[in-house]
Parts: sequence; C-alpha cells; structure tokens
Amino acid sequence: MRIAGKGLINRAKPVSFQFDGTTYQGFEGDTLASALLANGVKLVARSFKYHRPRGVLTAGSEEPNALVTVGHGGSQDPNVRATTQEIYEGLDARSQNRWPSLAHDVMAVNDLAAPFLGAGFYYKTFMWPKAFWEKLYEPIIRCAAGLGAISGEPITDKFERAYAHCDVLVVGSGPAGLMAALTAGEAGADVILTEEDSLLGGRLLSENGQIDGMPARDWANATAIKLNAMSNVRVMARTTVTGAYDGGTYGALERVGHHCEMSDGLPKECFWRIVAKRTVLAAGAIERPVAFQNNDRPGIMMASAVRAYVNRWNVAPGKSVAVFGNNDSAHDTAADLLAAGVHVCALIDSRPDATTTLDVPFYAGAQVSGSEGRKELEAITISRASGIDKVQADCLAMSGGWNPTLHLACHMSGRPDWREDIAAFVPKPGMVPGLIAAGACNGAFSTAACLGEGAGAALAALEAIGLKAKMPKLPASEDRDYSISPLWAVAGKGRAWLDFQNDVTVKDVKQAAVENFRSVEHMKRYTTQGMATDQGKNSNVQALAVLADATGRGIPETGTTTYRPPFTPVAIAAMAAGAEDKGFAPERFTTSHRLTVKAGAPLIEAGLWYRPSFFPLKGETHWRQSCDREVGYVREAVGVADVSTLGKIDIKGRDAAAFLDFLYTNMFSSLKVGRVRYGLMLREDGHVMDDGTTARLADDHFVMTTTTAAAGQVMQHMELVSQGMKRGMDVRFTSVTEHWAQFAVAGPKARELLNGLLDAPIDGESWPFMACGDISIGGVKGRLFRISFSGEHAYEVALPARYGESLFATLRARAEALGGGVYGMEALNVLRIEKGFITHAEIHGRVTAFDVGMQGMMSKKKDFMGKGAASRPGLLEDDREQLVGFKPTGVVKQLTAGAHLYNDGAEPVRANDQGYLTSVAFSPTMGTFLGLGFLRGGRARHGETVKMVDHVRGIETTCEVCHPVFLDPNGERARD
Amino acid sequence: MRIACPLCGERDSREFSYKGAALALGYPSEEAGFEAWDDYLHKRDNPAGPTRELWYHGSGCTAWLVVTRNTMTHEILSVELAEDAPESAQENTQGANA
Repeated sequence: MRIAGKGLINRAKPVSFQFDGTTYQGFEGDTLASALLANGVKLVARSFKYHRPRGVLTAGSEEPNALVTVGHGGSQDPNVRATTQEIYEGLDARSQNRWPSLAHDVMAVNDLAAPFLGAGFYYKTFMWPKAFWEKLYEPIIRCAAGLGAISGEPITDKFERAYAHCDVLVVGSGPAGLMAALTAGEAGADVILTEEDSLLGGRLLSENGQIDGMPARDWANATAIKLNAMSNVRVMARTTVTGAYDGGTYGALERVGHHCEMSDGLPKECFWRIVAKRTVLAAGAIERPVAFQNNDRPGIMMASAVRAYVNRWNVAPGKSVAVFGNNDSAHDTAADLLAAGVHVCALIDSRPDATTTLDVPFYAGAQVSGSEGRKELEAITISRASGIDKVQADCLAMSGGWNPTLHLACHMSGRPDWREDIAAFVPKPGMVPGLIAAGACNGAFSTAACLGEGAGAALAALEAIGLKAKMPKLPASEDRDYSISPLWAVAGKGRAWLDFQNDVTVKDVKQAAVENFRSVEHMKRYTTQGMATDQGKNSNVQALAVLADATGRGIPETGTTTYRPPFTPVAIAAMAAGAEDKGFAPERFTTSHRLTVKAGAPLIEAGLWYRPSFFPLKGETHWRQSCDREVGYVREAVGVADVSTLGKIDIKGRDAAAFLDFLYTNMFSSLKVGRVRYGLMLREDGHVMDDGTTARLADDHFVMTTTTAAAGQVMQHMELVSQGMKRGMDVRFTSVTEHWAQFAVAGPKARELLNGLLDAPIDGESWPFMACGDISIGGVKGRLFRISFSGEHAYEVALPARYGESLFATLRARAEALGGGVYGMEALNVLRIEKGFITHAEIHGRVTAFDVGMQGMMSKKKDFMGKGAASRPGLLEDDREQLVGFKPTGVVKQLTAGAHLYNDGAEPVRANDQGYLTSVAFSPTMGTFLGLGFLRGGRARHGETVKMVDHVRGIETTCEVCHPVFLDPNGERARD
Repeated sequence: MRIACPLCGERDSREFSYKGAALALGYPSEEAGFEAWDDYLHKRDNPAGPTRELWYHGSGCTAWLVVTRNTMTHEILSVELAEDAPESAQENTQGANA
C-alpha cells in the first residue's frame, strides 16, 4: 500500500508493468518488489523444495525468495531478484517453480510430506535400484524442485567485457564508501566508486537519520553530485563487485540494460575487470532473520527492508505491522513506521532489559514463536515467561542483528574473526592484500563510525600509493552504540527456517549434526544450506550458530564455510562476452582467400587459418573427383597451392648456425649459403616437436619454416632455448609468417611455368634440388626455394604478402595453361602420403625420431635439444611402434585413420594391440588406398599381413605392411 | 593475477603462459646420465610456499621470466628475466629461500 512521504520515487512518472499476466502500476524509482508491495501483492514465489508460499524478505541483492523470470525467448532471464529489478514501462515478470499458478501450486503437496523430506532425504531414499537414479529419480526430483528456467533459445542480448585501472577502488557507496571516495578523490587519486544500487547512498537512502544537519539521503545526494563532478572519480552505479582476485584484480558486473527495454541497443550486462592499487571495501551489512516456527510466510520481512520500503519507496508492507528483534534496529523500525503513520501492533524485543519510549504495545524479554496464515501472514504468537499471546498482524518486521558484508575480503581463502560484542564475523586486516574494510562491513554500525572509517581507510590507501592527504572534517551524524543479544533460533516445535531459498530448517541442521556431519562444510553439503543464488547471505551465520550449539562448540571454533566469488550471480554470457564464436577463435586468412572462396572451394580450419580443401569443377559431385584430378595436376603437369600458413621464422646473428645446430637434431652449420635442408626438432624430453625446412640465405641469415599448427610453439621454444638454455648466443629471430605470400609450384612442368614468369629464367644447374635464393617477378623482389612436399620437381615461390593475390591469380592461370591448376589440402595430403612424408598426424607428441625412422638424422657429432633424453632406456627398443606403410589386401579395400592393428588371427582387443593408422588416402596414382601408421617392431615386418580393425566405424580388413615411401623411393622425380 | 615483467611493467596474467618449474633452465648435457635426465624431466617439488617457475610473456615482449611465487598466498615475490636467472637446481633452491 502506497503511503504519503518524501521517498525516492517520482510520483509524476507512473510506470505500468506486468506480473504473472496482471498489469500493475508503480512509479519511476520503484523496484519490482516495492511496486508489488505497493499494489498489495504479497505472494510472489514458491519455495525450492516444499513449494511454500513466499513473499519479499529483503530490499537488496541478498533476496532469497522473490525470484522472478523477466523477458522472453533469447532475452529471458530466470532468477531475477525482484528487490533489485527496477521497473520500466512494459516490464514483464513471471513467478517461478509453480504449476499451474502461483496461488494454486499442486507441488505444494510436498509441504505435507515434509516429515519425510528432511536433510539427506535424497541420499537415503533413492539409493537403489542404482540404475533408477539417473533414469527415474533424478529427472522427477529436478522437475519438482527448482528455480527459474532458461528458454533454451540462442541468446539475443548483447553483453560486453571491459577493463579499468585505478588507484583506489571503493566498493559500496554508503556513508563509509562515500566518505572514502570523497577523501581519495579530493587528494587527486584515480578513484572508481562502485554501487550495486541505481543510486548512491547505501542504507542512507532507507534511513531517517541526519548528516551535516540535513536528511542523510540529501547528504548522500549532495556528495554524489560532488563526486560526479570530479574528473578523477568514476562513479559506477548498478555495478556489483563480484570477486577479489590476485594482484588487486576485481571482477565487477555492471547491469547496463536491465532497467529498461532491451531494444535501446544497450548491452544487458558488462563484466569489468578492475585493477586497483588499493581497495576500500565499504559493502555494508546484511540484516539476519530469526528462526522461529513458520517464519517464512509472506508478510514476514527483514526490519531493515520494512524501513526501506517505508522510507525510500513510501510503501507500507502491511496495515498492522509487528516488529521483532534482539537489537536496536527493531526499535528504529517501529519508530519509522509510526512516523509514516503505519499501525504498529506489537514491538517484541528478546532482551529482558529492553525499554522503549514509543507508544506501541511493547513486549520485553519476549520472542515470536510462531505464525499463522497461508498465503499471507495473519497472526503471530508471542511467547514470554508469563505466557503466550496471539496478535493479529499482516506484516512482521524481524531483526536478528547484522552480518558485515565481508565476502570480498574472504575471497582469497581468508577466515574472518568472530566478534562477540556484535555477534558477527568481521574481516581480519590483510586477508586480501591491498584491501581495507571500512564501516558496517568492518563491524562499525553507527553512521558516524562509518564516515570516520571511510575517511580513515581512504587515508591509509592514499598513503600506501604515495599520495598526501589530511583527515577531512567529518560531517556531524548519529553515533550510537549497537547493542545486541544473540538470538538465532526460537525454541519450539515445528519447522523454523534458516535458509529460505533452499528450505533448510533448524531441524535439518540439527539432523546433520546427529548424523555426524559436524564440520560446517559437511553440514552445508548435507543440508544444501547456503547454496543457490543467494549463497546463504541471509542464513549462513545463523545455521553455523545452530550447528555450533548442536555440537557443543563455540561459533568461532565451528567457523564459516568458504566464501567464493561471485558475490552475486554473474551470467556466463557476461564473462564470456566477445569470446563466443569467432571471438573465441579469430580467423586468419591467406592472401589467396578471396579468390579461393570465389572458386567455390570448401574451407578447412588449420589452427586459426582457413585453407581450401579442394577446388571443385563443374560436374564434379564428390570431393574425391576433385582431389584425384588435383593430384593428377601435380603428378603429370603442374599444380599450385598456397603454403603461406606454414610458420616462417627469420633467424639472424653471428651464432645463428650454431643455434640451429643445437635446435635441430641434424647439422645446419654445414649447410651452404643458397641451400635448404630438412630439419627435425625435439622437445627437451627427446620426443619430436616439429619438422620443416630451413634455408641459408647468408652466413648469418636463415629462414626456417615450421608446420602450420606448431608455429607458435616453435617460436616459444626457440625463445626459451636462446634466453634460458643457450644464453649469450648472438642470434635473434622474428616471426615473418604473415610478411610473405608463399606458393608451392609442383609438377613436371613447374620450371616451365616459372620461367614464363621470373624476370631471370632458371635452369637445373643453377637451381638444383634444395637450392634457394632471391628472384624477382615483374621487378618485385622475392625468394625461391626448390623444395618439394609432393615428391615432384617443385618450388616454393615467395613474394611480399601484398602481392599475394595477384601472384596466386597469375600462377593459377599459367598452371591451367599448362594442363594443371590449383590444388587444395586433400590433394596435398594424398601427395605427401604417397611419398611417406610425415605431418603432425604422425609426429603427434608421443613419438621419437627413432619411431619415425629418422634416427639417422640424430647427429653424433654434437649435442642438441633432446639428445640426452632421446637416448634414455626404452626409447630405442626394437619393439617400439615404428612408422610403416600399409596397403589393403583384404576383401574390403579401405583403410581408415585411427583404426588399430592386430596380428592376423588375434582377437582385436586392447591386450593384442599392435599399433594404429595415422593417415590414410586413396592414391589415384597407384589406384589403391595407402596408409601410414605405427606398428610394433614395424620396420622389421615389411611384407607381413596384419589385421586392421576400426571399432568406431565398424570396418575390418587385412593389410600388407610396407615401406612408408610408396612412390619414387629414390626421390628421382624431385631431382629431375 | 598480475606479473611485473622487467621489460614491460605489471601486466595481467593472460599475457603470459606458464611452463613449469624453473629448473627447466638447468638443461643437462647429453652425458648427464639417466638419473640427471629423470630429475630434469620428471621430478618436481610441490612446495607449500615459495616456488620458482617459468612464464613466457608471449603477448608482450616474448621474454621468458623466472617468477618466484608463494603457492599458499599466490604472492609474487620476484620476477627476473630468464637470461639473468641462475640455471642450476642448487642455485634455484637458494634463490627461492632468499
């Protein structure tokens, strides 16, 4: 019910919104919770397990009950807290976890079965038959219990990530935070002030006190204006700091677009990483409920929330309000209600010595021990030594004291201290390096103490970063001792709720203790206390106090559960913003990409690169037709392929040759200028890392190629060798992969093609196999390498990348004129398998040079990376799996990569495994499938027949073991 | 986590990649023998406290760094260029205790 008063709503701007299909009206400045309460809507949700009717409990992000679903389809958000959702014109919110409707929920039958559904119920009841858990029990339980659901449709909202750095991060804008930001800002520090709420002020917005002679909320507003005017202060409202991480890094979630229609083009949320030299934690405190029988009825709320609804939103949460507490907050609440003209039917204080000057029915030394009503509170039971009273009330404001919001301070495994005088945990200094807690989150509960601690924390932060500042004059404000007498659970029968969100009662926690789940972490997991979206912000301390009592220990000895980020839920979409799809794997394109796509070539990913699989011609209906044709170009005429994606590393320096001698297993210092050599590189552990060719362009200048996939790894490896293991060598290297467009020109007509193109023609004498050197094409300087990955007479021609597209077009046209054309990865793969050339399918990280038959390349004249490790026992045994070739001989003439090998007649089971196939292709040149693979003791088994079994695809055949080089074993074609 | 690269200044950990214990720097000779190679490749301390490890500033200056880090607190105690850092395991241990 809306009441008169000077709250922070704009009565000139009515806003209509929907809840469960009904249209209501609120005002600008309302949250969904305040607007629903203003409309007399008390039943807003059903509980997780028992489907109990639930209403709004709090006025903040700690809300356990009032969770709703907002939006539809790809913009649907489940589990939105009605207490933080600002209303806007057209907001459509729905209740959750009920069927068919919120008022008539058939699953409420669970509540009647409550005696059987206590802690550990699932674990004990659904034990067997074992198979039933996954198929029957779990789906039913998941269906009956739960929170909101996502739509399952692809997300349509925009999310962003952002980064910020500052001198001082201030978390929270209550009196402590505002004072800290002001002090740091005036000293000239770069300040970021974050506030979860839409307005700065924290509790000041909801309280009636005075600061500096004006209403506290006016002081907050004036200070906010001051801060906003400072160029060195960034004020971030609607932003929750969700986690504290190493090195002064904080995660923060800014709700950019939740308070308006999403069509405004705003991102819904932005996830910030803020790096701060120092942080002032001024996160305030959260009031805690008292557990008593049926303390979860709609209408039973936190006293601080009642004050907030009355003072900030001018809403009376009831017509006849009772107030119950164990500390002075209860009295403030009664006073504010009276001042607002709301009837207070009872003020119940559990402290026997409490007094009041308020004109209300006052019960000292009394406790609320029960409640009545179903979908709404109707009456409460008050117990005291003299007897029991029943009082009619449609709202109960309760206060069990305050828990400092110390979560962030505990995010790096710190354990807080228990303070007996305020019956609460407080952060210890230094739990998060660079973080200073101030105000209510540090256990200082008066406004004056908050202002003082805020300023003091800012001064400490400024001093630490070397900025000078003086203690500012603090504005006059209320300064009162906080007095509390702990009351966790009122004795009595029936269910008394601790964790409203998970339906955990006092009885459940006691049951856990009886069953020996005495550790607070065990109790949590056994009862589900403190899980789900609120993470027990309202209930953890009370639950552990009940556990402490049940186990005969003190609260400090019992300890808290571990606080972990995030403080409030963060959508994965926000943390992953920009990293989905292409943002996750950026695309790298070659210079021939545009023409390749134009030619209709399907693309295949190679690392981040995109390369053509094959170039289909009109009339070709199967990739094999294109591939076979392209193989024919290379074997019979000339083919052209873009090989720019191979890693290219430019190596210079006096010691370049010596460096390569250490890096490669074979010699490079003996390589002549103008020649290329194939090299094999091992890891420290003696296994093959990569292979490729390296050309010597000058005495002190080499250019290395790596495989496409391993380019980054090889570069990193070279840096480690030169900086860490072979220091002091005069050698420098640079990745030049993208500087050069490089094309393979392969086939018997390769030289003919080039000679029509190069400014100076070449011949076999000046350009023998494995020669390299400078060339020019149309006056453009480039490089030519006579190397071959197909076994044919072949070259790789390289020009600066900006000429890549035109070079590709020219080469293609000339190849076509000679009866050849361009070829893709499929043909390239067939060509190299025919020649037994290895790729990372073979050198997959677990093979040695010995295994691939390259033990001869391991120089005996020098030490090299991996040499010592490669000679360890076990790595040179004859029965290791060795690289061999395979040809199908059985009825099935097909080989498949990944298939395993067995001796003929042996059962195809793991114990009999003899090896596996790594690469296969149909060779149009030889008219058969060819395979490369590893076979136990394979080099001595050429000519043998083995069985190939592909368990996945269900293919079985026999094949003949042979030498891995199928075509032109003496390499005559390449030397032609 | 933030690492203060001696060349680039303090940077976010995502600019770096981790390799492992800094004893990788003490590359044994080819004659070092099986035990030495086994130690070098496989044996790692797992200290609850300071440990020296190799990080690569791949998204920055491409320097290899020896980072001394407390595994209990994640505090970074020192960062030096690998090319200035001691190589042998013996020196490494002393460095970690210093």
